[in-house]
Order: sequence, then structure tokens, then C-alpha cells
Amino acid sequence: MVYKLDQRITPLSRIFLVLIFFILYAPIFFLVFYSFNSGGTMYNFKSFTLDWYRELFQDSRLLIIVLNTLVIALVSSLFATIIGTLGALGIHSIRKRQTKNTLLSLNNVLIVSPDVIIGASFLILFTMAGIKLGMYSVLLSHIAFSIPIVVLMVLPKLSEMSPTLIDAARDLGASQWNVLTKVVLPFITPGIFAGFFMALTYSLDDFAVTFFVTGNGFTTLSVEIYSLARRGISLNVNALSALLFLFTLVLVVVYYFISQRNRPGRWGVKK
Amino acid sequence: MNNKVTRNLYLFPYALWIVLFVVAPLLLVLYYSFFDIEGHFSLVNYKTFFTPVYLKMTLSSFWYAFLITVISLIIAYPTAYLLTKTIHKQLWLLLIIVPSWINLLLKAYAFLGIFGTKGIANSFLEAVGIGAKQILFTDFSFVFVSVYIFIPFMILPIFNALNELNPTLLDAANDLGASKWITFRRVIFPLTIDGVKAGCQVVFIPALSLFMLTRLIAGNRVITLGTAIEQQFLVTQDWGMGSTIAVFLILIMFLIISLTGNRKRGV
Repeated sequence: MVYKLDQRITPLSRIFLVLIFFILYAPIFFLVFYSFNSGGTMYNFKSFTLDWYRELFQDSRLLIIVLNTLVIALVSSLFATIIGTLGALGIHSIRKRQTKNTLLSLNNVLIVSPDVIIGASFLILFTMAGIKLGMYSVLLSHIAFSIPIVVLMVLPKLSEMSPTLIDAARDLGASQWNVLTKVVLPFITPGIFAGFFMALTYSLDDFAVTFFVTGNGFTTLSVEIYSLARRGISLNVNALSALLFLFTLVLVVVYYFISQRNRPGRWGVKK
Repeated sequence: MNNKVTRNLYLFPYALWIVLFVVAPLLLVLYYSFFDIEGHFSLVNYKTFFTPVYLKMTLSSFWYAFLITVISLIIAYPTAYLLTKTIHKQLWLLLIIVPSWINLLLKAYAFLGIFGTKGIANSFLEAVGIGAKQILFTDFSFVFVSVYIFIPFMILPIFNALNELNPTLLDAANDLGASKWITFRRVIFPLTIDGVKAGCQVVFIPALSLFMLTRLIAGNRVITLGTAIEQQFLVTQDWGMGSTIAVFLILIMFLIISLTGNRKRGV
């Protein structure tokens, strides 16, 4: 059956698909390719060199920025996952439909809001609250915009769970705490992991919000790339992008396996 | 029941988050929009917004967002359709999504090299015989790069909608004598309209507001609502005017969400 469907792809559409994939990947490989150019420009490939990578690894300022970015991403995702999971548990236990829908709409506000709005409004918020712009304001904003995505990843798992499971645990004498830690949490663990992972990628990818709420002293990788790119082309950025591309591929593979565990048959080949 | 106590315990940090980081920021933006640059309460920002300069900017921002959305849709729909027909479709879909995980700024940066005066695009144009052109810092490059960035986000919801389509419906249409075009227009497209709407929503709203692209690629030739907000907040330091534009962007956002319906299936 599957084979028959595939027969319907005409050569012309095959060319179209190949073209789309080419366009999507060409700029990325273009960047990676020129990161090996000793010429120092993104045209006119002179000869192969690893100088840009060497320079990258000797740039201690940049390494600190990378470290900052990773710490912010990990810590913010951790907090967002805890608060978001608790929130999902709370939303799930609400019976009144209207309250539930209101909470869900409020939850989605930050997901659909453009980054500029989030950044600008958080900037006002932090200034009003007297929080100094810098690492903590960035961390707080990253936690804030990651929470709704965790909720959205955990909630479907909770609604998948049959309520009889909890009744059974109660009948067998489990305390409330036991029900949570021995029944509910293990069941929704894939959702929690997916949420944590999404929060991680959101935080790593974010530029606009950080750009607004970061002060002079603190920079993340995206903001640094922006200021480097505004100054023009420097092949350090190419080397950096090559490394980030590798890192992204690793993340994708991890995500692929998580989602495969999460929804068997949705990803990958189904027999 | 002590169930309620636990539930409130769960909900407390989450509710605190909603109040502090969802409700409060929106209200603060609204509040700030009523203050002029000296900090006096006034409606001057709204008056300024309705002057031709700002209305023109809003319209052109809309026009660009519309162009970007339409072009993305025209490219994404057939791509999604063909992807559903491949054998390892989930794997191909994943490969479409991977570029969207690469930092957006790096992709914009790549186009600085590709579209530059001596870049690969110009060498190609010269080889073809058209001759080198100024590509970077034009509206063309802005629309091209935006479409490039948004295509995966458009493909994903359309792919999901097409994937859920019951194939027997197509057989039925075929049996009843519908041509391919009629089948598409009367059966496939109406049934996948939710995916199209979701895709348009995820493309149109960011297209109104991405300021880094206009800065890097369009060289300030294109000013979107997002660029204007960033300009007012971080360059001019006129938070009142910035907030006013933000208020309108938020209103537009809610309008679009209500037009494109609730994304129940998710992206």
C-alpha cells in the first residue's frame, strides 16, 4: 500500500522536493564550508584552514558567553519544567470547564505573542520591579516564556492517563503522595522530558527577549552573534555556526529518540 | 476533600507566574502607552500613531507579512503534500524541521554572505549574463530570507492536517468522477484548512515583528511593527510610543488568532 502511494510521486515533484531540501540546507552548508576558508571572506575560497576554529577556542570571552548560555538554558528549563508540570497537574485537576479554558488561554498568550512584545513588556516589568538588568532578568524571562510550552507537553499525557489508575492506587491504600510519585509522575515522565527538552531549545534559540532584558554586562550567544553579524562578516561566526549545527544535530537525534519513546509509531517507520 | 488543598498547592506557583509574567506585562504595556516621553499622562502617542507616517508603516508591515505568508503557503502546501506521499515521511518531515532549529541569526548571517556584492548569488547572476546587482538591503532579500526561515513552520501544520486526511475520501471523489483539480478544491483543501490557518498564524504574527531580520538583511529599508517597537524602546528610549505600537500589535495578534481559530491540534 505504502509502495503504491509512493508510485504517485512524479519525477517533476521529486525534483521539486529535492529543490526545497536544497534551498533549506544550502545556506547552512555554505556557512560551514566557508568556515574552512583561509581567505577570510565568504566568497573566493582560498585554501583549507582550521584557524577560525583555533581562534574561537582561544577567545575566552566567547567561551564564557557559551557557558552563560548553557547555564541559563539548563537552569531556566529546570525551573520551567517544575513549575509547568505542577501547573499542568493543577489545570488537569480543575473540573470547571470555564476556569480551565481561561487558564489555558492565559497559558497560550506567551506562546503566540511575538518575541518583541514579550521582550518589551518584560523590560518594563523588570524596570518597574527594580530588578537590575543582567543575568537574573534573563534567567527569569527564560523561565517565564518556557513554562507554557512545558504545560502544553505535559497536559496531553495527563489526559491520556486513565482515572481508574488513580482510583486503583487509592483503593490499594496509597497515600496522596504515593499516588503522585508512584503512579502519576512515572506515567507523565515522557511528557515532562519532552517539555524540558523543548524549554531547552527555546532558551538556546531565543534572541529577541534576551536582547531586550539583558544589560551591558551579560550576553548570551544569540545576542553576541547578532552584534558580530551587524559588524559584518567574520569567519569566526562561521566556525561557531558549524559547531552549533553539530550540536543541533545531536539535540535532534536525542529529541527523535525521546519522541519515539513518547509516541510509538508516530515517528519512524511503522511496519 | 484535601484534594483541593493539593490542587491549590500545585496551582500556586503557576498562578503566580500567570499573574506576574502574563497579565502584569500586558497591563504594563497598556499603562505605559498613555505616557509621553517626559512621563506625563497623555494620549499623544495614540495621536502620533494615527498620523500618516505610522499608518503607512503599519500598512507596509502588513503588506510584507502578507507577502511572506502567501509565498510561504504557496511553497509549503505542495511540499507538505508531496511529503505525505513519501515512504519514510516522518523522517523527511524531521529533516524539514531541522533547519528551523538552527539559530535564526546564523541563517540570516549566511545570507549576508550569499547575497553580498561579491557573494555566490551575484556570481551566479554574472555567469548567467544578468550582471551583478545589489541584492542585500533590498525588500527582495528581506522577503526571501523571511520565507526561507518560515517555510518549516508552515509545512508542519499542513503536513499534520494532510496526514490525517482519510484516503478513502479521495477514492470516493475519484469514483464519482471528480477531476484532480476538483478533488483538491472541493475535498483536500477544505479538509486541511485548519492546518493552513495554523500555518498562516505562526507565520504572519512573527513576520510582523521580526526586527533582527530587517536590521541585518533589509538594512533599515523595511520597517516592520517589530522594528519600530525595538527602535522606540532601545534606541529612542521613548517607551510610551513603543508601548503604543505594542498595544496595536497585541490587538492585531488577538484579531488574527480569532480569525484563524484556536489551534487545538497544536503545531
